[in-house]
Amino acid sequence: MANHKAAVNFEKLLSDESKDFKTIQILDAAGQVTQPELMPNLSDDQLVELMQQMVWSRVLDQRATALNRQGRLGFYAPTAGQEASQLASNFAMTKDDFLFPGYRDVPQLVQHGLPLSQAFLWSRGHIDGNKYPESLKAMPPQIIIGAQYIQAMGVAVGMKKRQSANAVYVYTGDGGTSQGDFYEGLNFAGAFKAPAIFVVQNNGFAISVPREKQTAAVTLAQKGVAAGIPAIQVDGMDPLAVYEVMKEARAFTTAGNGPVLIETLTYRYGPHTLSGDDPTRYRTKETDDIWLKRDPLVRMRRFLTDKGLWSQDQEDQLIEQVKTDIKAAINEADAAPKQKVTDFLNVTFEDQPQNIKEQIAEYSAKESN
Amino acid sequence: MAQKTMIQAITNALDLELADDKNVLIFGEDVGKNGGVFRATEGLQTKHGEERVFDTPLAESGIGGLSIGLALEGFRPVPEIQFFGFVFETMDSIAGQMSRTRYRMGNTRQMPITVRAPFGGGVHTPEMHSDNFEGMITQIPGIRVVVPSNPYDAKGLLIAAIRSNDPVLYLEHMKLYRSFREEVPDESYTVPLDKAAVVTEGTDVSIITYGAMVREAVKATENLAKENIKAEVIDLRTIAPLDVETIVASVEKTGRVVIVQEAQRQAGVGAQVASEISERAVLSLEAPIARVSAPDTPFPFGQAEATWLPNATDIENKVKEVINF
Ligand SMILES: Cc1ncc(C[n+]2csc(CCOP(=O)(O)OP(=O)(O)O)c2C)c(N)n1
Repeated sequence: MANHKAAVNFEKLLSDESKDFKTIQILDAAGQVTQPELMPNLSDDQLVELMQQMVWSRVLDQRATALNRQGRLGFYAPTAGQEASQLASNFAMTKDDFLFPGYRDVPQLVQHGLPLSQAFLWSRGHIDGNKYPESLKAMPPQIIIGAQYIQAMGVAVGMKKRQSANAVYVYTGDGGTSQGDFYEGLNFAGAFKAPAIFVVQNNGFAISVPREKQTAAVTLAQKGVAAGIPAIQVDGMDPLAVYEVMKEARAFTTAGNGPVLIETLTYRYGPHTLSGDDPTRYRTKETDDIWLKRDPLVRMRRFLTDKGLWSQDQEDQLIEQVKTDIKAAINEADAAPKQKVTDFLNVTFEDQPQNIKEQIAEYSAKESN
Repeated sequence: MAQKTMIQAITNALDLELADDKNVLIFGEDVGKNGGVFRATEGLQTKHGEERVFDTPLAESGIGGLSIGLALEGFRPVPEIQFFGFVFETMDSIAGQMSRTRYRMGNTRQMPITVRAPFGGGVHTPEMHSDNFEGMITQIPGIRVVVPSNPYDAKGLLIAAIRSNDPVLYLEHMKLYRSFREEVPDESYTVPLDKAAVVTEGTDVSIITYGAMVREAVKATENLAKENIKAEVIDLRTIAPLDVETIVASVEKTGRVVIVQEAQRQAGVGAQVASEISERAVLSLEAPIARVSAPDTPFPFGQAEATWLPNATDIENKVKEVINF
């Protein structure tokens, strides 16, 4: 047919769908406030506290790396570069909100209430690292990528049923958004209008695989659209923007409006983990340098210094204090009892079935000498 | 011939199969540019191109479906699951779909897929990476489960697996990756699937095992020899289906059995070996069948891994119990 017309213009649809999501920024890389009208409602003390947490996290990252090299720490996933994304998002939440961290989200977990010594024990592979007091509203860092998203949704649905005033917040990386569990978490939470904040920390790489290879979607935020939930991109190197967006998301979701998806644009300066990853195999120094110039600590330091709220002296003192605290936490972790197989047997079931009883006897004998 | 570690033997097998058959495809998380987190696919993308060796998005379920789809398109997929502890994410593809496709379509389709995955304890991974879930898969009809214990077998079994027209789960014990080298021929060869190997011959007791426990069993055997106990070590190599013939022949010769598995005691491969022996060779037995295994807890936190994992001493003690019965 000569004058047949295509029913659908797929090319146009594709470009429509690829429309960029807005990226929120408040504090630029130079430490200048670009959107004063969006400034979070934080007191001077709170602004300083947020900076202190980011400095704490940076020092922890350096010390953890050194301790790992000395064999005094086990598994460790570096966090430097992601301080705004991690600590500023956490800063907007309360202790009664429920945190589902991934393996890289130990800083949030400690700020949420996990003693640092326990975080170290977890890293070393000691069960005491995962014995959480009831008051700690969190699960241990998730290893199975995606699993935290569906479980967070479950807690959120439970909170809603109990008419809780709180919310759940959960983290994954850019790679994590490819998992089926990611979509299922978003979709269920949307369908149940559950109070959950889904955070995607897009640091550009899933181990070696660049973000562009994960999906044809132009943003990860747009994955919220299909689930019918609001989503936004934020400058993940800007602590003020991350805080403000998270704070508003919390207000929105705890008001009964359903979940929110937040994509933070960030970068990890270090290797994926300290278990043999070599970033020079898949990243260039040029890319590293671009992101180093966007450093969250640099911009917050400039901002606070201009306001007369921060000085080098203050920072140096803080760094010494953090190092002392880390040393104390390591000593505390060193004092943990020797890990035994009977410790595992005792907690595999609530009550001991026949096989476990037998094995407790066997391993008690083995481990007593 | 060259001395190779097990991981080098695996890379070598993949390289040869990629060269031998243009339908062989390798994919998974980080297998391309990065050469895999253990470097099992090191250099293969550069050599064979991105069409043949490529990274996927991060989703094991997707990797499973991709494998099945590519098999339907006539390819011979060799997907990698980065750690076997993550297998549950793709359980339906492995257990529910690829294993039963030949059966459910009355032999009109086949799934020549080799799923590779590192597994096993002793290397201090974080939680949920090392679990010995192999027993679970052995309950599934229609898929072979292969666990090499040394570089030579690793190469030959992997080539045989890739050439097989049925799905194979090929499990690579992380502790064995780089712990020793042995002579591995440069050229292509196969080690038959479904055949156990007699690693050490003996007349007093049969130690039946697989994977990293083969080394422990051999170590135990050396000590036992000093006390004049001649133990025979059987390496199952393919744990599903079992080579019952080799097992029974050994038991008929020795009359005593110690089955060793790194996995937890409950169910699992050892239980299946024990049932086969009790059904087929019970009258040859001079002592009850004994088992050495891990206890029935989830895979241990790293700090107690060494006590949790069975070792040569446990095997030695169990053998003596059986001998002195
Ligand atoms: C289900 C599952 N598959 C694979 C892995 C192995 N793995 C650990 S981290 C990682 C990359 C994750 O990347 P991303 O989600 O972007 O987070 P990032 O590590 O960059 O913070 C992979 C593939 C895992 N832990 N869980």
